[in-house]
Amino acid sequence: MTLATTRTDDVALVDLLDRLLAGGVVITGDLTISLADVELVHISLRALISSVDKLIEQ
Amino acid sequence: MNDHSVYLYAIGDAALADSDALAYSTGVEAGPLRTIVEGPLAAVVASVDRNQFSEQSLHAHLEDLEWVEKLARTHHEVVDRIAQNHSIAPVRMATVYLTDDGIRELLQSRCSELAATLDRVRGRSEWGVKGYAAPVDEASTPERDASSSDTPGTSYLMRRRAQRDRSAHRRERLATVAEKLHEEFAALAVDSRVYPPQDPRLTGRRDEMVLNAAYLVDEAGAALLARLVDAAPEELQLELTGPWAPYSFTNLEAT
Repeated sequence: MTLATTRTDDVALVDLLDRLLAGGVVITGDLTISLADVELVHISLRALISSVDKLIEQ
Repeated sequence: MNDHSVYLYAIGDAALADSDALAYSTGVEAGPLRTIVEGPLAAVVASVDRNQFSEQSLHAHLEDLEWVEKLARTHHEVVDRIAQNHSIAPVRMATVYLTDDGIRELLQSRCSELAATLDRVRGRSEWGVKGYAAPVDEASTPERDASSSDTPGTSYLMRRRAQRDRSAHRRERLATVAEKLHEEFAALAVDSRVYPPQDPRLTGRRDEMVLNAAYLVDEAGAALLARLVDAAPEELQLELTGPWAPYSFTNLEAT
Protein backbone atom coordinates (compact mmCIF):
# COMPACT_ATOMS: atom_id res chain seq x y z
CA MET A 1 0.00 0.00 0.00
CA THR A 2 1.17 3.51 -0.65
CA LEU A 3 -0.06 6.42 1.38
CA ALA A 4 -0.29 9.68 -0.48
CA THR A 5 -0.57 12.94 1.37
CA THR A 6 -3.33 15.42 0.64
CA ARG A 7 -1.34 18.32 1.95
CA THR A 8 0.46 20.88 -0.21
CA ASP A 9 1.34 20.46 -3.86
CA ASP A 10 1.69 16.70 -3.74
CA VAL A 11 -1.99 16.15 -4.41
CA ALA A 12 -2.56 14.75 -7.87
CA LEU A 13 -4.62 17.13 -9.97
CA VAL A 14 -6.86 14.27 -11.10
CA ASP A 15 -7.74 13.44 -7.49
CA LEU A 16 -8.49 17.09 -6.83
CA LEU A 17 -10.68 17.46 -9.88
CA ASP A 18 -12.63 14.32 -8.97
CA ARG A 19 -13.58 16.06 -5.76
CA LEU A 20 -13.74 19.71 -6.72
CA LEU A 21 -15.81 19.19 -9.85
CA ALA A 22 -18.07 16.42 -8.61
CA GLY A 23 -18.11 17.05 -4.84
CA GLY A 24 -18.69 19.90 -2.47
CA VAL A 25 -21.88 21.65 -1.59
CA VAL A 26 -23.67 22.55 -4.81
CA ILE A 27 -25.30 25.91 -4.41
CA THR A 28 -26.78 27.95 -7.15
CA GLY A 29 -24.70 31.03 -6.62
CA ASP A 30 -25.05 34.03 -8.85
CA LEU A 31 -22.45 32.17 -10.82
CA THR A 32 -21.74 28.46 -10.50
CA ILE A 33 -19.92 25.80 -12.48
CA SER A 34 -22.67 23.99 -14.30
CA LEU A 35 -22.60 20.47 -15.67
CA ALA A 36 -21.77 21.96 -19.06
CA ASP A 37 -18.77 23.71 -17.51
CA VAL A 38 -17.56 20.48 -15.93
CA GLU A 39 -17.81 18.92 -19.36
CA LEU A 40 -15.70 21.79 -20.66
CA VAL A 41 -12.94 20.94 -18.18
CA HIS A 42 -13.14 17.32 -19.25
CA ILE A 43 -12.80 18.36 -22.87
CA SER A 44 -9.70 20.36 -21.93
CA LEU A 45 -8.35 17.31 -20.12
CA ARG A 46 -8.97 15.16 -23.18
CA ALA A 47 -7.21 17.74 -25.34
CA LEU A 48 -4.28 17.62 -22.93
CA ILE A 49 -4.21 13.85 -23.12
CA SER A 50 -4.16 13.83 -26.90
CA SER A 51 -1.38 16.43 -27.03
CA VAL A 52 0.62 14.34 -24.56
CA ASP A 53 0.00 11.31 -26.76
CA LYS A 54 1.29 13.18 -29.79
CA LEU A 55 4.42 14.19 -27.89
CA ILE A 56 5.04 10.57 -26.99
CA GLU A 57 4.56 9.46 -30.59
CA GLN A 58 7.15 11.90 -31.86
CA MET B 1 -17.24 47.04 -3.93
CA ASN B 2 -19.01 47.09 -7.23
CA ASP B 3 -16.00 45.81 -9.11
CA HIS B 4 -15.81 42.75 -6.87
CA SER B 5 -17.67 39.49 -6.59
CA VAL B 6 -17.55 37.07 -3.67
CA TYR B 7 -15.96 33.64 -4.06
CA LEU B 8 -17.38 31.07 -1.63
CA TYR B 9 -15.02 28.34 -0.40
CA ALA B 10 -16.72 26.58 2.43
CA ILE B 11 -19.38 26.77 5.10
CA GLY B 12 -18.73 26.03 8.75
CA ASP B 13 -19.79 26.93 12.27
CA ALA B 14 -20.00 30.59 13.25
CA ALA B 15 -16.88 30.04 15.42
CA LEU B 16 -14.88 29.99 12.19
CA ALA B 17 -14.91 33.76 12.28
CA ASP B 18 -12.23 33.67 14.99
CA SER B 19 -10.10 31.00 13.34
CA ASP B 20 -6.38 31.52 12.80
CA ALA B 21 -6.62 29.32 9.73
CA LEU B 22 -8.05 32.22 7.78
CA ALA B 23 -5.19 34.57 8.52
CA TYR B 24 -2.54 32.41 6.91
CA SER B 25 -4.28 31.66 3.67
CA THR B 26 -4.74 33.78 0.64
CA GLY B 27 -7.63 33.10 -1.65
CA VAL B 28 -8.02 32.87 -5.38
CA GLU B 29 -6.33 35.84 -7.08
CA ALA B 30 -4.64 36.59 -3.73
CA GLY B 31 -7.68 38.12 -2.09
CA PRO B 32 -7.60 37.87 1.74
CA LEU B 33 -10.01 35.41 3.30
CA ARG B 34 -12.84 36.60 5.48
CA THR B 35 -16.02 35.18 6.96
CA ILE B 36 -19.65 36.09 6.66
CA VAL B 37 -21.52 35.02 9.79
CA GLU B 38 -25.25 34.49 9.88
CA GLY B 39 -26.84 32.73 12.86
CA PRO B 40 -24.95 29.51 13.70
CA LEU B 41 -23.15 29.41 10.35
CA ALA B 42 -20.14 31.11 8.80
CA ALA B 43 -19.17 31.25 5.14
CA VAL B 44 -15.50 31.46 4.19
CA VAL B 45 -15.16 33.84 1.27
CA ALA B 46 -12.78 36.10 -0.59
CA SER B 47 -13.46 39.04 -2.83
CA VAL B 48 -12.50 38.41 -6.45
CA ASP B 49 -12.33 40.60 -9.51
CA ARG B 50 -15.80 40.74 -11.00
CA ASN B 51 -14.50 40.63 -14.56
CA GLN B 52 -12.25 37.66 -13.92
CA PHE B 53 -15.17 35.77 -12.46
CA SER B 54 -17.95 36.75 -14.80
CA GLU B 55 -19.93 33.94 -16.39
CA GLN B 56 -18.30 34.57 -19.75
CA SER B 57 -14.81 34.84 -18.36
CA LEU B 58 -15.20 31.73 -16.20
CA HIS B 59 -16.41 29.75 -19.19
CA ALA B 60 -13.33 30.78 -21.15
CA HIS B 61 -11.00 30.12 -18.21
CA LEU B 62 -12.29 26.60 -17.81
CA GLU B 63 -10.79 25.72 -21.17
CA ASP B 64 -7.42 26.74 -19.80
CA LEU B 65 -6.14 23.82 -17.76
CA GLU B 66 -3.37 25.85 -16.18
CA TRP B 67 -5.98 28.23 -14.84
CA VAL B 68 -8.20 25.37 -13.69
CA GLU B 69 -5.27 23.78 -11.88
CA LYS B 70 -4.35 27.03 -10.17
CA LEU B 71 -7.93 27.57 -9.06
CA ALA B 72 -8.29 23.96 -7.91
CA ARG B 73 -5.06 24.08 -5.89
CA THR B 74 -5.86 27.43 -4.29
CA HIS B 75 -9.38 26.31 -3.45
CA HIS B 76 -8.01 23.10 -1.96
CA GLU B 77 -5.30 24.87 0.02
CA VAL B 78 -7.85 27.16 1.68
CA VAL B 79 -10.33 24.37 2.37
CA ASP B 80 -7.66 21.97 3.57
CA ARG B 81 -6.11 24.41 6.00
CA ILE B 82 -9.43 25.19 7.63
CA ALA B 83 -10.49 21.53 7.65
CA GLN B 84 -7.46 20.64 9.79
CA ASN B 85 -9.03 22.41 12.75
CA HIS B 86 -12.71 22.81 11.95
CA SER B 87 -15.64 20.86 10.62
CA ILE B 88 -16.53 22.38 7.29
CA ALA B 89 -18.59 21.69 4.23
CA PRO B 90 -16.48 22.57 1.20
CA VAL B 91 -18.43 24.27 -1.56
CA ARG B 92 -18.16 23.27 -5.22
CA MET B 93 -15.24 24.98 -6.94
CA ALA B 94 -16.01 28.35 -8.56
CA THR B 95 -19.23 29.22 -6.74
CA VAL B 96 -19.43 33.00 -6.91
CA TYR B 97 -21.90 35.55 -5.55
CA LEU B 98 -22.21 39.13 -6.64
CA THR B 99 -22.58 40.47 -3.09
CA ASP B 100 -22.18 39.42 0.55
CA ASP B 101 -25.93 39.74 0.89
CA GLY B 102 -26.46 36.85 -1.50
CA ILE B 103 -24.39 34.65 0.80
CA ARG B 104 -26.20 35.89 3.92
CA GLU B 105 -29.45 34.97 2.31
CA LEU B 106 -28.11 31.51 1.47
CA LEU B 107 -26.98 30.93 5.07
CA GLN B 108 -30.41 31.96 6.30
CA SER B 109 -32.62 30.18 3.84
CA ARG B 110 -30.75 26.87 3.94
CA CYS B 111 -29.60 27.03 7.54
CA SER B 112 -31.05 23.71 8.73
CA GLU B 113 -29.81 21.74 5.71
CA LEU B 114 -26.33 23.22 5.97
CA ALA B 115 -26.22 22.64 9.73
CA ALA B 116 -27.27 19.01 9.20
CA THR B 117 -24.54 18.56 6.59
CA LEU B 118 -21.99 19.97 9.02
CA ASP B 119 -23.18 17.65 11.77
CA ARG B 120 -22.79 14.70 9.46
CA VAL B 121 -19.13 15.39 8.74
CA ARG B 122 -18.21 16.60 12.24
CA GLY B 123 -15.25 14.68 13.66
CA ARG B 124 -14.94 12.72 10.44
CA SER B 125 -12.73 12.93 7.43
CA GLU B 126 -12.63 11.65 3.92
CA TRP B 127 -10.15 9.05 2.71
CA GLY B 128 -9.67 8.04 -0.89
CA VAL B 129 -8.75 4.55 -2.06
CA LYS B 130 -7.58 3.90 -5.58
CA GLY B 131 -6.91 0.38 -6.77
CA TYR B 132 -4.79 -0.58 -9.76
CA ALA B 133 -4.45 -3.92 -11.44
CA ALA B 134 -0.78 -4.67 -10.87
CA PRO B 135 1.06 -5.21 -14.15
CA VAL B 136 1.46 -8.80 -15.29
CA ASP B 137 4.97 -10.06 -15.61
CA GLU B 138 4.88 -10.97 -19.31
CA ALA B 139 7.96 -13.16 -19.03
CA SER B 140 6.22 -15.43 -16.59
CA THR B 141 3.13 -16.02 -18.74
CA PRO B 142 3.50 -19.35 -20.52
CA GLU B 143 4.12 -19.19 -24.23
CA ARG B 144 1.76 -21.30 -26.21
CA ASP B 145 3.68 -23.99 -28.09
CA ALA B 146 3.30 -23.49 -31.80
CA SER B 147 2.11 -26.75 -33.26
CA SER B 148 3.79 -27.92 -36.41
CA SER B 149 0.67 -27.39 -38.50
CA ASP B 150 0.55 -23.66 -37.67
CA THR B 151 2.16 -21.19 -39.97
CA PRO B 152 4.29 -18.71 -38.02
CA GLY B 153 1.69 -15.99 -38.68
CA THR B 154 -1.20 -18.06 -37.29
CA SER B 155 0.72 -19.06 -34.23
CA TYR B 156 1.60 -15.44 -33.54
CA LEU B 157 -2.05 -14.43 -33.81
CA MET B 158 -3.11 -17.31 -31.58
CA ARG B 159 -0.59 -16.27 -28.98
CA ARG B 160 -1.74 -12.70 -29.13
CA ARG B 161 -5.35 -13.74 -28.75
CA ALA B 162 -4.58 -16.00 -25.81
CA GLN B 163 -2.71 -13.14 -24.17
CA ARG B 164 -5.63 -10.79 -24.69
CA ASP B 165 -8.05 -13.34 -23.25
CA ARG B 166 -5.84 -13.84 -20.23
CA SER B 167 -5.58 -10.15 -19.47
CA ALA B 168 -9.31 -9.60 -20.00
CA HIS B 169 -10.02 -12.47 -17.65
CA ARG B 170 -7.61 -11.09 -15.10
CA ARG B 171 -9.09 -7.61 -15.32
CA GLU B 172 -12.54 -9.03 -14.69
CA ARG B 173 -11.31 -11.00 -11.72
CA LEU B 174 -9.52 -8.03 -10.21
CA ALA B 175 -12.57 -5.84 -10.72
CA THR B 176 -14.55 -8.36 -8.67
CA VAL B 177 -11.88 -8.38 -5.96
CA ALA B 178 -11.96 -4.56 -5.92
CA GLU B 179 -15.74 -4.54 -5.62
CA LYS B 180 -15.63 -6.90 -2.63
CA LEU B 181 -12.96 -4.80 -0.96
CA HIS B 182 -15.00 -1.68 -1.57
CA GLU B 183 -17.92 -3.31 0.24
CA GLU B 184 -15.66 -4.10 3.20
CA PHE B 185 -14.33 -0.54 3.29
CA ALA B 186 -17.80 0.93 2.94
CA ALA B 187 -19.02 -1.19 5.87
CA LEU B 188 -16.74 0.64 8.28
CA ALA B 189 -17.47 4.05 6.81
CA VAL B 190 -20.36 6.37 7.59
CA ASP B 191 -20.75 6.90 3.87
CA SER B 192 -18.92 6.10 0.66
CA ARG B 193 -18.83 7.32 -2.87
CA VAL B 194 -17.48 5.66 -6.00
CA TYR B 195 -15.88 7.81 -8.69
CA PRO B 196 -15.28 6.70 -12.27
CA PRO B 197 -11.80 5.26 -12.82
CA GLN B 198 -9.26 7.89 -13.84
CA ASP B 199 -7.68 7.90 -17.26
CA PRO B 200 -4.27 6.13 -17.15
CA ARG B 201 -2.78 9.01 -19.11
CA LEU B 202 -3.77 11.39 -16.33
CA THR B 203 -2.65 9.18 -13.48
CA GLY B 204 0.67 8.63 -15.19
CA ARG B 205 0.36 4.91 -14.45
CA ARG B 206 -0.09 2.28 -17.13
CA ASP B 207 -1.84 -0.07 -14.73
CA GLU B 208 -5.56 0.00 -15.12
CA MET B 209 -7.54 1.60 -12.32
CA VAL B 210 -10.20 -0.75 -11.00
CA LEU B 211 -11.27 1.20 -7.91
CA ASN B 212 -11.61 4.91 -7.24
CA ALA B 213 -13.67 5.55 -4.14
CA ALA B 214 -13.98 7.89 -1.17
CA TYR B 215 -14.99 7.00 2.39
CA LEU B 216 -16.23 9.18 5.21
CA VAL B 217 -14.81 7.82 8.46
CA ASP B 218 -14.12 8.85 12.04
CA GLU B 219 -10.66 8.45 13.53
CA ALA B 220 -11.15 4.80 14.50
CA GLY B 221 -12.65 4.09 11.08
CA ALA B 222 -9.65 5.68 9.39
CA ALA B 223 -7.28 3.41 11.31
CA LEU B 224 -9.32 0.35 10.42
CA LEU B 225 -9.49 1.40 6.79
CA ALA B 226 -5.71 1.83 6.62
CA ARG B 227 -5.30 -1.64 8.10
CA LEU B 228 -7.68 -3.22 5.59
CA VAL B 229 -6.02 -1.43 2.68
CA ASP B 230 -2.67 -2.67 3.92
CA ALA B 231 -3.90 -6.25 4.07
CA ALA B 232 -5.35 -6.27 0.55
CA PRO B 233 -3.97 -8.80 -1.96
CA GLU B 234 -0.85 -7.58 -3.71
CA GLU B 235 -2.08 -8.12 -7.25
CA LEU B 236 -4.39 -5.21 -6.53
CA GLN B 237 -2.20 -2.21 -5.82
CA LEU B 238 -4.08 0.07 -3.47
CA GLU B 239 -3.30 3.69 -2.82
CA LEU B 240 -4.75 5.46 0.19
CA THR B 241 -5.08 9.24 0.09
CA GLY B 242 -6.17 11.48 2.91
CA PRO B 243 -7.32 12.87 5.12
CA TRP B 244 -9.36 14.99 2.74
CA ALA B 245 -11.86 17.66 3.72
CA PRO B 246 -15.24 15.97 3.17
CA TYR B 247 -15.59 17.07 -0.46
CA SER B 248 -17.39 13.92 -1.49
CA PHE B 249 -19.93 13.95 1.32
CA THR B 250 -21.38 17.41 1.40
CA ASN B 251 -23.64 17.10 -1.57
CA LEU B 252 -26.58 19.33 -1.14
CA GLU B 253 -28.63 19.40 -4.24
CA ALA B 254 -29.39 22.76 -5.75
CA THR B 255 -32.92 23.97 -5.25
